[in-house]
Amino acid sequence: MSAVPDAPDAPQAPEAEQPVVTPMRLIIALCLFAPFVAMLWVGSYAKVDPTFIGMPFFYWYQMAWVLISTALTVIAYKLWQRDQRARKGGASK
Amino acid sequence: MNDGVNGVALGVFIFFFVAVTAMGFLAARWRKAENENSLDEWGLGGRSFGTWVTWFLLGGDLYTAYTFVAVPAAIYAAGAAGFFAVPYTILVYPLIFTFLPRLWSVSHKHGYVTTADFVRGRFGSKGLSLAVAFTGLLATMPYIALQLVGIQAVLDVMGVGGGENTNWFIKDLPLLIAFGVLAAYTYSSGLRAPALIAFVKDTLIYIVIAVAIVYIPIKLGGFDEIFAAAGEKFSQINPATDKPVGALVPGEMGQWGYATLALGSALALFMYPHSITATLSSRSREVIRRNTTILPLYSLMLGLLALLGFMAIAAGVKVSNGQLAIPQLFENMFPDWFAGVAFAAIGIGALVPAAIMSIAAANLFTRNIYKDFLKPDATPAQETKVSKLVSLLVKVGALVFVLTMDKTVAINFQLLGGIWILQTFPALVGGLFTRWFHRWALIAGWAVGMIYGTAAAYGVASPTQKHFGGSSAEIPGIGEIGYIGLTAFVLNVVVTVVLTFVLRAAKAPDGIDETSPSDYTADAGDPGVKVELPPVTAGAPGGH
Repeated sequence: MSAVPDAPDAPQAPEAEQPVVTPMRLIIALCLFAPFVAMLWVGSYAKVDPTFIGMPFFYWYQMAWVLISTALTVIAYKLWQRDQRARKGGASK
Repeated sequence: MNDGVNGVALGVFIFFFVAVTAMGFLAARWRKAENENSLDEWGLGGRSFGTWVTWFLLGGDLYTAYTFVAVPAAIYAAGAAGFFAVPYTILVYPLIFTFLPRLWSVSHKHGYVTTADFVRGRFGSKGLSLAVAFTGLLATMPYIALQLVGIQAVLDVMGVGGGENTNWFIKDLPLLIAFGVLAAYTYSSGLRAPALIAFVKDTLIYIVIAVAIVYIPIKLGGFDEIFAAAGEKFSQINPATDKPVGALVPGEMGQWGYATLALGSALALFMYPHSITATLSSRSREVIRRNTTILPLYSLMLGLLALLGFMAIAAGVKVSNGQLAIPQLFENMFPDWFAGVAFAAIGIGALVPAAIMSIAAANLFTRNIYKDFLKPDATPAQETKVSKLVSLLVKVGALVFVLTMDKTVAINFQLLGGIWILQTFPALVGGLFTRWFHRWALIAGWAVGMIYGTAAAYGVASPTQKHFGGSSAEIPGIGEIGYIGLTAFVLNVVVTVVLTFVLRAAKAPDGIDETSPSDYTADAGDPGVKVELPPVTAGAPGGH
């Protein structure tokens, strides 16, 4: 599973000259990595109960993760923007 | 089925089809630039698309008619296993968040049009670039063919597919017309045509899904009833395999397969040339990152759509060809006029990706085969001309493929295409982050992945097919059943890493890297990133 751990490290790579792992970047990495853990651990959600409006858990849980992962990506995006602005010394494009 | 033509549905379908055809031709004038005779213009829409156009374009591109037909069809046939499409599309977005902006930047800086362009520039290797281009072409062709399968399914259900004994020409005439028209406006308008038509396509799709997901369950007595009916069907024993025909929830055995399929597909999606074409047509890095936060709306839609497979079971839809399950469900459940809208949505849903795919394939051929190997001094105008012609050829090829061969051939090849395209990941994504990999090691890794993947897929038998019966096989060393593409990918990476160590130790000559670290973070408007591409008249790139 070599591909998975690569993903969260990626946001740190663009700034090769300023190799800093800041707490903010750690949060970004976590936000991007969380969906992989949740979705690839199939055993955690491969069950019928509890159902939601008649839909087995397996289905509504994954649909719910569409929303959760979207929220996490939005957070990562906002933090990344802030990080970039801070790095460019507040210079807005 | 096929009990006469459904006149109302057909009328609505034709109305929408004519409307998008007009749009396709008019698109050439939309945001027109000064210089039309460049590949940037025809093949990337002038690299000018903002957040929303990119959203529609990518959505129209990735969620194809075949997806709409095949995902619920898989659920209809086997249940839970088909739902992997949802985690798959969930994982795509965090993944591309990390690497696509880098690809955009470096491509913009150096004028790359295809992924193979980038690989050549980064590793200084025409051989590696050819391998990437070749894989892209190979994987895209059957994908285009499958779009035709999607249209055929709709035409069949509307009753215009003709019976078994109709003359083949009459039978295929509607399909020929649809593709002729598509080819014509792609030729004249380039990427602008699918970008504009994507608006119509997605609006229709969203309306149809919203209605279907409320209306059909009410008619069928709620999700309780639907899943009860589905559970009953899946618990029946298949006489051929002595196992239940499906499952509502994957058992222990199926979980590895489910997870590896989702991960492997997610890694592969943005290796496809058509995904990259749509990405590079956006006007800034920001557009791409912002899109990773709004594209998941399509995943939600896909999840709802997948549930239609269960509804088809509960509604008692009986089809011998699973591909027809959803069109047939619409025909049974909806009033005729709305069934027409739904069919139009699927039909147009095939045209948009088919257009983008043929453009992407044409760009690959022109840039990485024609210009690199056949005519190095080709002018931009010549490049554009070749691309336009190749986009026609590609479509004709796909048409011949579908009309002369069995549908399963197209599906087998598409399955292989996913495995193959994933093998370009180390060169492309690896190359975006590091120059450490040696170009020869990457070629070797690619070759190993391709050969293993093809051989493993050949060995998969299913009750109906001796070879290429599925995309999962036992993972050597682990013993679980997993996605072949991902196993091949891991092998590919291992070979690449080991050989890189060997080649570096042996001091094998490294190619010249024409990119520099700052190229990967450059954004439009930054100093040094010239807008070498002429600013479009409306919405100039500086406006963010």
